[in-house]
Amino acid sequence: MAQPADLLYSKEHEWVRLDGDTATIGITDYAQNSLGDIVYVELPRVGKQIDQFGNVGVVESVKAVSDLFTPIGGEILEVNAALDADPAAVNRDPYGDGWLFKVKLKDMNEKDNLLSPDDYEKIAVE
Amino acid sequence: MYTPHTEEDIRAMLDAIGVGSLEELLKVPDAVALKAPLDVVPALPEYQIARRFEHFAKKNTGVDYVSFLGAGSYRHYAPPAIGALAMRGEFLTAYTPYQAEVSQGYLQAIYEWQSYICLLTGMDIANASVYDGATALAEATIMALNANGRKKVLVSRAVDPNYRAVLKTYCDGLDVAIDELPVTAAGTTDLDALKHAVASKEYASVAVQTPNFFGNIEAFDAATASVVRESGTVPIAVVSEAISLAALATPASWGAEIVVGEAQSFGVAMAYGGPYVGFIASTKEHMRRIPGRLVGKTVDKDERTAYVLTLQAREQHIRRERATSNICTNQAHCALIATIYLALMGKTGLHDVAALNLQRSRELATAVSSVDGVDLKFTAPFFNEIVVDVHQPAANVLAKLQERGILGGVDLGPWYPELSTCILMNATELTTTGEIDALANALGEIVRVHANV
Amino acid sequence: MSTPTFDRTQSPLIFDLGQDGRANKYVEDARPMTDFLPKSLLRDELPLPDNSELDVMRHFTKLSQRTFGIDLGFYPLGSCTMKYNPRINDAMATKREFAQLHPYTPDELAQGALQVMYELERSLSSLFGMAAFSLNPSAGAHAELAALLIAKKYFKDRGETKRDKVIVPDTAHGTNPASAAMCGFKVISLPSDQRGRVSVEEIKKVLGDDTAVCMMTNPNTLGLFEDHIHEIAQAVHDAGGLMYYDGANANAIMGNVRPGDMGFDLMHLNTHKTFTIPHGGGGAGHGPVGVAAHLVDYLPTPVVRATPKSNGDINAAPSDRYTFSLDFDLPKSIGPMRSFWSNFAHAVRALAYIYANGVGGLKKVSQLAVLNANYIRVKVAEFLDTPYPEICRHEFVASAQELKKETGVKALDLAKALLDHGMMAPTMYFPLIVPECLMIEPTETESKETLDQFIGVLREIVEEAKRNPEAVMAAPVTTVVGRVDETRAARNPDLKWEPAQA
Repeated sequence: MAQPADLLYSKEHEWVRLDGDTATIGITDYAQNSLGDIVYVELPRVGKQIDQFGNVGVVESVKAVSDLFTPIGGEILEVNAALDADPAAVNRDPYGDGWLFKVKLKDMNEKDNLLSPDDYEKIAVE
Repeated sequence: MYTPHTEEDIRAMLDAIGVGSLEELLKVPDAVALKAPLDVVPALPEYQIARRFEHFAKKNTGVDYVSFLGAGSYRHYAPPAIGALAMRGEFLTAYTPYQAEVSQGYLQAIYEWQSYICLLTGMDIANASVYDGATALAEATIMALNANGRKKVLVSRAVDPNYRAVLKTYCDGLDVAIDELPVTAAGTTDLDALKHAVASKEYASVAVQTPNFFGNIEAFDAATASVVRESGTVPIAVVSEAISLAALATPASWGAEIVVGEAQSFGVAMAYGGPYVGFIASTKEHMRRIPGRLVGKTVDKDERTAYVLTLQAREQHIRRERATSNICTNQAHCALIATIYLALMGKTGLHDVAALNLQRSRELATAVSSVDGVDLKFTAPFFNEIVVDVHQPAANVLAKLQERGILGGVDLGPWYPELSTCILMNATELTTTGEIDALANALGEIVRVHANV
Repeated sequence: MSTPTFDRTQSPLIFDLGQDGRANKYVEDARPMTDFLPKSLLRDELPLPDNSELDVMRHFTKLSQRTFGIDLGFYPLGSCTMKYNPRINDAMATKREFAQLHPYTPDELAQGALQVMYELERSLSSLFGMAAFSLNPSAGAHAELAALLIAKKYFKDRGETKRDKVIVPDTAHGTNPASAAMCGFKVISLPSDQRGRVSVEEIKKVLGDDTAVCMMTNPNTLGLFEDHIHEIAQAVHDAGGLMYYDGANANAIMGNVRPGDMGFDLMHLNTHKTFTIPHGGGGAGHGPVGVAAHLVDYLPTPVVRATPKSNGDINAAPSDRYTFSLDFDLPKSIGPMRSFWSNFAHAVRALAYIYANGVGGLKKVSQLAVLNANYIRVKVAEFLDTPYPEICRHEFVASAQELKKETGVKALDLAKALLDHGMMAPTMYFPLIVPECLMIEPTETESKETLDQFIGVLREIVEEAKRNPEAVMAAPVTTVVGRVDETRAARNPDLKWEPAQA
């Protein structure tokens, strides 16, 4: 699957969709594919302050866990509560229904530390 | 012993490996090689092992005494059918059921155990068991600490002192402080103090045992629980006498979020303290924080019903240092024994056992309190244990009872200096009227002699 | 119309059996509970099934027949030491005088139980070169936690509170880092070298005045002896840290080399592995924690004390010349790890096993465990990769990585195919540093014939994988269920039976 062109990416395989000072964050198709069947996503509390590239949660598949890092810092505005009942959405639709959380940005410059779709493509095919 | 190798086998295997001797195979650097002979008990043929242990067994004369000991380990009737089933080699010699396809029987038994614990406690989920009741309390406390991120916990002083001591061992490791709640004159937790304490919103959890260590049924109710929950504190119920679950209102009904306890009473031998079997049950919201194994029901590739260890990503072998508990084993075999016990007893048998415990302990209370100079210490309603005040050092009275072939109970002085004249006495369905009369008569003699001195 | 359910007739739940009025009569009738307590304190109903004793016998017998144990076949589960469980041990542990002994029985009426604990403790201390053991912890992980709590308290008493790092090799059991985290220690994961061992140079890079404990398993989980252990222990001690020995692999060393002599200050044993206590489907375990002399005061309580008898019979066995007591008064102790003294019934089993062998027998046990593992290793190397092709100890690792590239058949598939041949699967995908890992531990109680049979079956499966990979990937096919849908179990947890809604 090609990387959606309207998103930015991190080396840790997360994507960011920017809309003004709000960012929506999820994991990439490559990430969901290498994790396998995702069974649970542990997300931060709404209102929590998070730093760019900080550890904010965990993604669990049947027999593996991986840390979830935020590609951008700020305050957690919302988490995708639907994933509690339907964690498979992350596998099915990682860039849509499988989004993870939304952040109110604290520093617009942080986006300069992220990767373009083309640059991420190079990492994801390695 | 128990090695089937012939000399020819050993030679052939060494040749296949390409080494000359067993010593060469196990060679270690000189710096660490064994230097001194070892002082280990000598090898004996099997019949002499049996004799040696018969020699040890005969020195455990305490098993032949009339006993009113309880305090966290209880004497109950266990039908022989339990042993016949539990000692089957398939159960006894299996490992943790990682390979679900060849472990369906054990997995189903654990699923049945989880179901029984939920039915008895009224909770949503239960795990496959933990080491014992005390470690269950410690693990439940860690669940609460992880749930709300606080660094202090609250525990009633009427919780079993061993449980509190183990909780302290664990909390010392986590740098978590423990505060204790006082006990009222009636012998139950001071609920006003509890409500006052949780209002500070500093406590991750509050643990209350019922029946408490003194045998008394706590007055913890839904109204108290809602005060606790509103403060963000997790209410933990502790049950050390599991038979009480068949009689008393469920912890779920009065608002506990986590229920922990000891299921030794369900057919598990007292065995000088272990192994026993702890349980942890909770509301759904704590499911991801519950430690240890969980068995879930699912299907196989042909849609046949199947059971499997599930939610394993919570556990240490996957999370390593991110795991919330290091627990690895559960007490599967003891949980199996308890499950078979519950299946054999059924609701009728379990109800009768619980009712008999109520009945016998009241006979005990009536008999000892009719002795001059002996009183019941507390007034709260109790399950199958009572605190008896002998108005002189309890240790002296217990020693004199022992001379008469009676283990009269547990001296409360070492844990509660203010109760150093008090004995914790237990009666179960196995306690006879004759035993109760013998105790009352002996107490009468002992206390009268003391009064005359 | 009723909703169809899955084929429950294959093994109904206990809750689907039973009828009211079918109760067994184990105790007499009692008066109504409301005679003793107000209704407000009592529960409304007790929704458990009443089953006849025969139905219960058949139900659990059937469940046992759907469960695989050592008594049924070869169980080469690496790191778990699934050896024969002698029945004399159970016969001793279930004797009335042990099974019905209350933990608060006064010491003078429980001398036999205390003597068992004392003899076991002394034997373990001698075998492993420790000053003392506590039999208090309930399992290996529990003893590991006890050991780290001891380390934490020891450093605190010495005012060295900045020692907060625990070094754990990347081949370590998952419990090691998890236990460290439960004591507030930070974990430093140490990479293994080309030889699958901890290198002295690498460990020196991470040692410092913040080092608390270095946790090691020797032989390690690759089955290899850490031959630089003496230098490693020296370096850790020079930095002021403590050495911890994970005793999960103790079956490889008895009577040959001792953790105490290797320089370890703390250790645990899984007596349910090394000393033939039955695993019972995953517990109860038994996890003595041992310490060197400078840490004895920190052991969990209680410990068993022996006092010479004034009128002891000098012809008696050494331990018969003492009286025994439980000592709770250790001011520096970390405190108790669990409610009562020990998993005592398991102490009986472990001691019975030591009596069956003595020192010479236990040395032979470890020698033959190592012999069996190496024999399988050289034979398996003919058809599977063995990433560390040298003399191993009681276990070794093989890798299905090349086979997977060639045929698509993974370690998991090989393991599942073994189940169709009446053998348990080896440990898989552990240690984490070996791709497509199979970790094989035969133990010493298996005969050469059994080992040859296993080698033959595994060879056949690997050949089948090359001819017909789909067949291997479809295994197991002879078991009561096929491969289980674990994703469904985890996404929609069904963890208990629910009564039918009225």
